[in-house]
Amino acid sequence: MAGENGALRQGGGTLDANVARHLLVTMWRIRAFEERLEPLKRSSTVHGLTHLSIGQEAVAAGVCTQLGNDEIVYSNHRAHGHALAKGVDMGRLLAELMGRADGCCRGLGGSMHVVDVAHGFFGATGVVGGNLPFAVGAAFASRLRGDSAVVVVFFGDGAAQAGIFAESVNLASLWQVPVVFVCENNGFAEFTPRSAHTRVERVSDLAAPFHVTAATVDGNDVVEVHRAFGEVLASASAGKGPFLLECLTHRRSGHYVGDPGGYRVASDDESWRDKDPIGRLVRRGATEGWFGEDAARAIEAAARDEVEAAVAFASASPFPDLTLPADLTYAR
Amino acid sequence: MVRTTYAATVAATLAAAMRADERVVVFGEDVALGGPYLTTKGLAEAFGTARVVNTPISEAAICGAAIGAAQSGLRPVVEIMFVDFIGLALDQLVNGAAKAHFMSGGQLRVPMVLRTQGGAGQRGGAQHSQSLESWLVHVPGLKVVMPSSAREVAALLPSAIADDSPVVVVESKTLYFRHEDLPDEGVAPEPLGTARVLRQGRDVTIVATSRMVHEALEAARQLAMRGIDAEVIDPRTLVPLDLATIAASVVRTGRLVVAHEAVCHGGVGAEIAAQVQAACFYDLDAPVVRVGAPFTPVPLSPMLEDAYLPGTAEILDAVDAALD
Repeated sequence: MAGENGALRQGGGTLDANVARHLLVTMWRIRAFEERLEPLKRSSTVHGLTHLSIGQEAVAAGVCTQLGNDEIVYSNHRAHGHALAKGVDMGRLLAELMGRADGCCRGLGGSMHVVDVAHGFFGATGVVGGNLPFAVGAAFASRLRGDSAVVVVFFGDGAAQAGIFAESVNLASLWQVPVVFVCENNGFAEFTPRSAHTRVERVSDLAAPFHVTAATVDGNDVVEVHRAFGEVLASASAGKGPFLLECLTHRRSGHYVGDPGGYRVASDDESWRDKDPIGRLVRRGATEGWFGEDAARAIEAAARDEVEAAVAFASASPFPDLTLPADLTYAR
Repeated sequence: MVRTTYAATVAATLAAAMRADERVVVFGEDVALGGPYLTTKGLAEAFGTARVVNTPISEAAICGAAIGAAQSGLRPVVEIMFVDFIGLALDQLVNGAAKAHFMSGGQLRVPMVLRTQGGAGQRGGAQHSQSLESWLVHVPGLKVVMPSSAREVAALLPSAIADDSPVVVVESKTLYFRHEDLPDEGVAPEPLGTARVLRQGRDVTIVATSRMVHEALEAARQLAMRGIDAEVIDPRTLVPLDLATIAASVVRTGRLVVAHEAVCHGGVGAEIAAQVQAACFYDLDAPVVRVGAPFTPVPLSPMLEDAYLPGTAEILDAVDAALD
């Protein structure tokens, strides 16, 4: 499916059935992968802090499926969804999380440091907000080259309180580079709700003082995310400067696998279950005639089969050679 | 010979690199205006403000943007105006630049140079006078260069720009306007990780960095009048460190003094001393002696700052201790 990326850009009007189907496939691949990660993490088959994006798949799918391999994505610590949607092979992604030699980073990165240059996925960072200026620099490079390839950087609402956010948005605006800041506002900064961190209600409100055009959309409506990002992408590609797209969403799982979760309010989780992006797209698909319930179930089943194949691939992969760290500390 | 300065050589070397390779770009505060020490003078006029780019006072974003630009194929040379401000950029440098190649399993490269300058002696106070290179030396993935003269700038800065790993070049504000003669034909680039023996001697080895190289040469001149023959070595790059050249010298002299302007405590001198004792324990005739600043912030008051700064006198005392 990854090969279809970038070809799925679409102008206004109703969504093409093929695009809608691809969005559902992408979201189910992410969901099935991350649901399988939870037991793999609890059995110490997957190593390291493992941040899940269950409930947030619409943002990864709506954004990344519109980008080609030459359009760079920088991600954050909650990266699996972005990586899969951008085309990173699921088996190699899982092997990376398991610290195996066939991992996309040869087992040196892990969940928070997934990189796949061939698919334009320049990686995740474990430091909140740390990736924002990389995207500004990459967009500076694309403008200097003259191709103005758009660079996208994902960040959470928690990163907006870091100083590097203001520095990066200011620099992007000053330089007028083709970067799109995509905020996944999931309502939590690690363990505490947004209201405990800031009195600014919307991350998009922070863009206006820098003269960066921003919008806030329902990040659990993949059709809406796809439409909104498509517009932003077209404008950024046309050299109209940086943009900020805030997607309101909800993290259905903890900050990481094993997080105690005592800070969550049960009724919030209940109300969000109805807003689940996959369920919404399935219902919408039936109404619009994009796909029936059987087709949707088949998409889920295919995603779960792909995950099992990835588990088999990654489990069969050896651990890396002990000399690898010393070989790769410096570029040769 | 051509009479020049350290600062002018930085600017000339950057200009040559930009002329030779269109991927080389320069970012930093006031770089298009030449900067406070004129180390980027003339670059914007010669190459335009698309490649010589002024930035706001945003050290983290300057460093981070350089990382992103480098990962996209450019060769950025960014300036952090004083090394004292590098704390603001350290997350980007340490967690971003230094680890990207490693964490990506070798897929990403960060061919950037971060130029900065340190050193006391100009009444700059405690936040504009530090020598912080030992912070950088401790980070796997970074290379660290400390040119001690215009000649070393000409020899090493092109190699730093050509390197595919991130390189921090720590210049010296004290040396910026020191006059120096360079050969008409120029200085050819020399590889990082090679020390330079500036004076040969058989009685004691003095390893010195940056400004202290000149203090060591002066100390050696005075020692020669007393019949003591000192060898002076400038490691030039702290990472990678050319231990072989230093150890070969210590094997001959049996005595080592390590001198830097940074505080002794936790300084690079400790690392060099440890490596030398491990490599040459049975060749040493005396404990290794370190010269560096005392463990206090840099004071402002001229009397206090002059007393704080290590120099020729402290190196002479250290040599006496090593020979005792």
